[in-house]
Amino acid sequence: MRCPPPAGARGYEPCCERLHFGSPAYILNERSVNIRGAEGCGLNIIEVIMMATPQTGLSAVKEDPGTTAAADDAAEAGQARFDQILADDSRIEPRDWMPEKYRKSLVRQIGQHAHSEIIGMQPEANWITRAPSLKRKSILMAKVQDEAGHGLYLYSAAESLGTTRDAMTDQLIEGKARYSSIFNYPAVTWADMGAIGWLVDGAAIVNQVPLCRASYGPYGRAMVRICKEESFHQRQGFEILMELANGTQAQKQMAQEAVDRWYAPSLMMFGPPDGDSPNSQQSMQWNIKRFTNDELRQRFVDMLAEQVKTLGLTLPDEDLKWNEERGHYDFGELDWNEFKEVLAGRGPCNSQRMERRREAHEEGAWVREAAAAYARKMAARNAEQTVGAAS
Amino acid sequence: MTGGSTTGDDGTRPVDTEAEEDQYANEPWPLWEVFVRSSRGLSHVHAGSLHAPDAGMAVRNARDLYTRRNEGVSVWVVPANAITASDPDAKGAYFESAAGKDYRHATYYKKSEGVKHL
Repeated sequence: MRCPPPAGARGYEPCCERLHFGSPAYILNERSVNIRGAEGCGLNIIEVIMMATPQTGLSAVKEDPGTTAAADDAAEAGQARFDQILADDSRIEPRDWMPEKYRKSLVRQIGQHAHSEIIGMQPEANWITRAPSLKRKSILMAKVQDEAGHGLYLYSAAESLGTTRDAMTDQLIEGKARYSSIFNYPAVTWADMGAIGWLVDGAAIVNQVPLCRASYGPYGRAMVRICKEESFHQRQGFEILMELANGTQAQKQMAQEAVDRWYAPSLMMFGPPDGDSPNSQQSMQWNIKRFTNDELRQRFVDMLAEQVKTLGLTLPDEDLKWNEERGHYDFGELDWNEFKEVLAGRGPCNSQRMERRREAHEEGAWVREAAAAYARKMAARNAEQTVGAAS
Repeated sequence: MTGGSTTGDDGTRPVDTEAEEDQYANEPWPLWEVFVRSSRGLSHVHAGSLHAPDAGMAVRNARDLYTRRNEGVSVWVVPANAITASDPDAKGAYFESAAGKDYRHATYYKKSEGVKHL
C-alpha cells in the first residue's frame, strides 16, 4: 500500500509530515520520500501507522486530524513545538510538524519565486546574441545560467514540502501559478540589460537578504546561495550603465531611458503597499518575511538615490527628495493599477513569456524521455550482468 | 516487407513498444542529494538536491548546479531514497545520552588549570 499522491504529483510520494508525529522511532530520510521500518525493510508510512495503531491507523491519513483523539493530541503537541521553534527564532525543517497553512503559504511563495527565476531568464537570454562583445555575451550567459540554477534551488526547497517540481512546472505552464510581474516588461535596448541588473536584481537582493533568515530551513539555505550569486548580477548591470553613461551622448541617453523604464516596475517588485498586502502579516508572524513591503521599498529607494549619483543619471521621480526628519528619501506614488493589470496577465509581454516557456517545455519532452529510457536500459543491463556474474 | 528501407526500418513501431513508452511518458526523474568537497582535506558537505535520470547525469548536473564558482573539487550524488535518518520527533530522547555527560568534555576537568601543555 502506498501513500496516495497529492493532486498533480506523479510517482513521487511525499508523505504528510504530521502523520509521523507521535509515532515510534521509525527511520526515514529528510524528505520522507522513503519510509523504512526499524529493521530497514521498505515499509510505507501508512503501513507503519496501521501497524502501530491498528484501530485508528487509516483515519490518521484523512485530511482532518481531528477525527481521532490521538491525532488531536499529535496536532496539539506539534503546534506547541512549532510555536516554540518560531519563538526561539529557530528553523523549521522538512520533517517537522507544521500547520497546513504554513506549508501551503510556503509552497505558494517559493513556487512563485522559482517560476520568477525561470521566466526571468527570457528577457536576458534574448540579448545574448546581440550583446556588444564576446565578453558581454559570456557574462550574460553566466547570468542566465545562474537564474536557471536559482530556479532549481528553489524548486528543491518547495519539493521538500511535498509538492513536486513537475507539478509546479505544470501549474506554471497551465497559467495557474504566478511569477514576478517585472518579467512581463520588454527589454528593448542593450541598456535594459544594465537597468535590469542594477534595478531588478538590486530589488531582488533587498528582498532576498532577509529571506536568508526565513523560518523554513531549506528556503533560507537556498536564499543564502542565491544572494551570493546575485551580487555579481547587480554589479555587472551597474557596470553596463556606468560605461554607457560615460560614453557618447546617444549612449548616455540610452542608459537614462532604460533607467526611466525600469525604475517604477522595480519598486513594485516589493509588492503592494502594506495596507493592501493580505499575506504579509501572517508571513511575518511565521518569521518567513522579516520586513514589510513598504520597509523594503524604502530601503531600496534610499540606496538607489545615492547610487544614481555615481552613474551621473537621474531617477524618473519628481517627488524624490531627502527628508531630514524621517532620515529617508521621500518618493512619489506608484501606479498600482498598472501593477494589478500586469499581475492579471495584461502586461506587455505576459503571453510571449508564457508561450516561450510552454514551447521550451514541450520541445524538451523528447530529451527528458530519452534520458530516462537510457537510464532504464543501462540499469537493466547492469542488473543482468550482476545476475550473470553471480551465477 | 519493410517498405523499401535498406535498414529494415519502415517507420512503424511494434504495438507493445508504444505501450511501454506511454507507460514512461512524463515519468519524473529520481531525486539525488548532492555532497560537495570544497577543498582537499575537508569532508563532503550536503549542498542540496537535484533531479536526474541516472547517477552519471546527476554528477554532471551537480557540477553545473552546485560548483559554478569553484565551490568544489569533488562531488558525491546519492539517491535521496537511499538515505536513512533518525526520527525528527524523537530528537530530544534520541540524543539525550550525550546531554548531561559534561565529563566527556575537556572543560569539565578543572584541577589541571594552570598546568602547562595539559
